[in-house]
Amino acid sequence: MLNYIWFGLMAIALVVAAFLGTADAVTKGAIDSAKTAVEISIGLVGIMTLWLGMMRIAEAAGLVTMLGRALRPISRVLFPEVPPEHPAIGAIVMSIAANMLGLNNAATPFGIKAMEELQTLNPEKDTATNPMVIFMAMNTAGVQLVPATMLGVLVAAGSKNPTAIISTTLVATAIGTVISIIVAKILQRFYPQPGGSAGGIGGAAGDPARLSDVDEVQQ
Amino acid sequence: MIRAVLDAISLWAIPVLLVGIPLAGIIRKVKVYDVFIDGAKEGFDVAVKIIPFLVGILVAIGMFRGSGAMAMLTDAIRPILSAVNFPPELFPLGVMRSLSGSGSLAMTTDIVKTYGPDSFLARAAATMYGSSETTFYVLAVYFGAVGVKKTRHAVPTALVGDIVAAIATVAICGWMFL
Repeated sequence: MLNYIWFGLMAIALVVAAFLGTADAVTKGAIDSAKTAVEISIGLVGIMTLWLGMMRIAEAAGLVTMLGRALRPISRVLFPEVPPEHPAIGAIVMSIAANMLGLNNAATPFGIKAMEELQTLNPEKDTATNPMVIFMAMNTAGVQLVPATMLGVLVAAGSKNPTAIISTTLVATAIGTVISIIVAKILQRFYPQPGGSAGGIGGAAGDPARLSDVDEVQQ
Repeated sequence: MIRAVLDAISLWAIPVLLVGIPLAGIIRKVKVYDVFIDGAKEGFDVAVKIIPFLVGILVAIGMFRGSGAMAMLTDAIRPILSAVNFPPELFPLGVMRSLSGSGSLAMTTDIVKTYGPDSFLARAAATMYGSSETTFYVLAVYFGAVGVKKTRHAVPTALVGDIVAAIATVAICGWMFL
């Protein structure tokens, strides 16, 4: 799917450019975006390093497992393939919580950590598992309690009642999130999971599996 | 009231976490600094690992935006939107929201300036921006970080979610603000 969308966007751009004479804008779009992508990634190094370090302390102190255990009733429904004691659940909870509070620069490292933990349970490292897709659905739906950026935009434009959008945003994002999760649960039947239902076998394999991931994904 | 509580949480969450997590470690007799360094070492690798995925996605989207294809798409679909009462002014934003964070922020700001910050369109645009995430960026970063290339049903799921959120936005804002 991503293969076709990726190629499609570029192919359409070329065809449209031929009609509208916007070839220079397409070139600029490509070069600027490549630069932006690297800037974003490098910009993540600092906060990534900080939060991955903090996350390791939280793990060693047993906080991540505790968090996972506390939210067991919810996680069992959303991520039945992940063993309840697995650190992935704690990482997922921390990432979603950071997202809800609008702490974007903490949410991304936590989210990546959660994906790494889910990857330790994955028998086929280049293919997404069901829990990964559910977690992605929750992230792309972007649950946020306070839409801080938008409040800023409205206030800057001189709005008399900027907070009017808080309730509408909450309802819209809640509907989007719930529907995304339901759609993911339905669609997963039509996209066979790697290794069948073997998603849960890695529970005891924690650390060694994580170390080997780093090498396996390089190719 | 609720707003004040949420603001306080946003303000204090990071400093409290940065002290609270090591504090829990100290109580549990964890060598906090050593463990911190051990985890932090991975930071650079993870950030660098994302680069190829992000360059791939953002370049394709940058080309699409630059070509003017977005404007053509909007024009083509305008009659259908009018027929189902979806404000055509919001459609480009709805598409852009999934593709580009900076692009959709610019569009929202533009709508707010053009129609006034307390207009229906401005509030609906702000709700649309706030109620969703930049889908393709999120997918590229998270799947990129672990090297997953076969994303299975992740893209269709996310796109259905985005469409539902956009429709919900228009419905709720229409009900609240019109």
